[in-house]
Amino acid sequence: MPRDDIRKLQYRLLKTLVYRLYSFSPFYHDRMRAAGVHPDDIRTLGDIRRLPFMVKNDLRDNYPDRIFVAGQEDLVRYHVSSGTTGKPTVVGYTQNDLNNWTASLARGLSSCGLGRGDVLQVSYGYGLFTGGLGLHYGAERIGTTVLPTSVGNTERQIELMQDLHTTAIACTPSYLLHIGEVAEKMGISIKNDTNLRIGILGAEPWSETMKTRIEEWLGIKAYNIYGTSELSGPMFCECTEQKGFHVWADLAYVEILDPGSGEQLPPGEQGEMVITMLQKEALPMIRFRIGDITSYDDEVCGCGRTHPRVHRISGRVDDMLIIRGINVFPSQIEYALMAIPEVGQHFMIEVDRKGALDDMLVKVEVRKEAFSDKITDLMAIRKNVEHRLRNTLNVAVNVELVDPGSLPRFEGKAKRVIDRRKI
Amino acid sequence: MEREKFIIRQISVFSENKPGRLAAIAKALQEEEINILAFSIAEADGFGVVRALVDKPRKAYEKLSGIGFNVAFTDVIAVQMKDIPGGLYEIARILGEGMINIEYCYAYSGKDAAVLILRVDDVDAAISTIMKGGGTLLESSLFQ
Repeated sequence: MPRDDIRKLQYRLLKTLVYRLYSFSPFYHDRMRAAGVHPDDIRTLGDIRRLPFMVKNDLRDNYPDRIFVAGQEDLVRYHVSSGTTGKPTVVGYTQNDLNNWTASLARGLSSCGLGRGDVLQVSYGYGLFTGGLGLHYGAERIGTTVLPTSVGNTERQIELMQDLHTTAIACTPSYLLHIGEVAEKMGISIKNDTNLRIGILGAEPWSETMKTRIEEWLGIKAYNIYGTSELSGPMFCECTEQKGFHVWADLAYVEILDPGSGEQLPPGEQGEMVITMLQKEALPMIRFRIGDITSYDDEVCGCGRTHPRVHRISGRVDDMLIIRGINVFPSQIEYALMAIPEVGQHFMIEVDRKGALDDMLVKVEVRKEAFSDKITDLMAIRKNVEHRLRNTLNVAVNVELVDPGSLPRFEGKAKRVIDRRKI
Repeated sequence: MEREKFIIRQISVFSENKPGRLAAIAKALQEEEINILAFSIAEADGFGVVRALVDKPRKAYEKLSGIGFNVAFTDVIAVQMKDIPGGLYEIARILGEGMINIEYCYAYSGKDAAVLILRVDDVDAAISTIMKGGGTLLESSLFQ
């Protein structure tokens, strides 16, 4: 679609969206009133910058579905992800939302060369996490055969990859490295002994270096895929040019802002990505501050597509961590620890990569009153903390008990994370 | 009340399993001129518990707490063993037959005899059982 037509379409969609929300969403109506903006003030696409932002906490604060615009009877699915504290965030989908999500991925997967005749092994988690089901429907739409392995049971994944001639795999880049390592232990070379040629990799940050390593070692093309549950799930994928993921302009409007001033930055400059979903019905997201730092490119792509491209995520504006594809906020850990009387509220998080997989260690202090002479009691405290953190974060955590008072205390902004991963 | 004199207050100290922690404990005790009569270290994954009989338990507790250690008192008993083959068996048999469960124990072999220090599930029952079985309990005044 020519650029001018895209912009006209985006403007029309934005205008409709804003009127709809102003009329039907008490949440967004109040937001707009507070920001002193009326739908009539949106006269050009550029006027989007007058609209107030949304953040992840808006979903948590309105748990479970108070900012949904569609009623439950119009929803056909929920997904749930962990929030920034103990409370999860819920996203809902109308049939149109699912159709658009599926279409977005169908386009993305086609753009990197998948189609009929391919077998896509979906090794993202199925269930409340959006990754598995999202890729599943997207791939089916373009006639690709889906092998829904979900995560885990790596040896079986490798056997099936061989037996069913998997040509593409969707998973986190670190899990793919793990698969490569396990395969080697089984005496199988992914490069020489399988038909794998494409990796659709995302849900965690990864570098050009890691991409090169995966491509050379495993003999595949590694494509970056991006999304969050608030946008629907995994949403945007790189094309065969591998120069950033295309943000389908009829579905989303992307801005890169200076995190300090909030001013829009020109193409090529690093800033905070803000996304407006132009067609979502159940849970519209306007100027959603995901917290990712990146830059974008507005040039027509080498593949011929006119949709803008966003480069690899280079960092975060907050302290969110991604552990094995799952978002983890230190505030969630704080929240979980508050409910455990045996340990103090101070903690440190140390993240390493053991082999290809992320390893998260949380250090906590044993309270004086809870100290027992018996090793078994102390082990039970540790197990309990591990269990509670796992339940809150949806990711396995190792816990280490340390001396009281030995963890650093912070005045002002706490730096509770030591991330030693090299990606 | 007769039994009270056989109950010994052991200090238990939580310690991370890393270099220098035992030295820090030992140094603190030296500074207070506290003598260690017996001790052991139980280790788990990443941490451990140092258990010691000292001549001045209250002072040791205060000193170690003061420098940030997690310290607790635990009641233990000390039994004299013959320093010959079968010495341990004699005591262990008495406790086993009396259905006394040993949570942990450690021993030292002194000039006159060997001594077994025991943490059991039921201290009073253990004292009675050992006395009835003909074992020799050491009074806490010998240590503290």
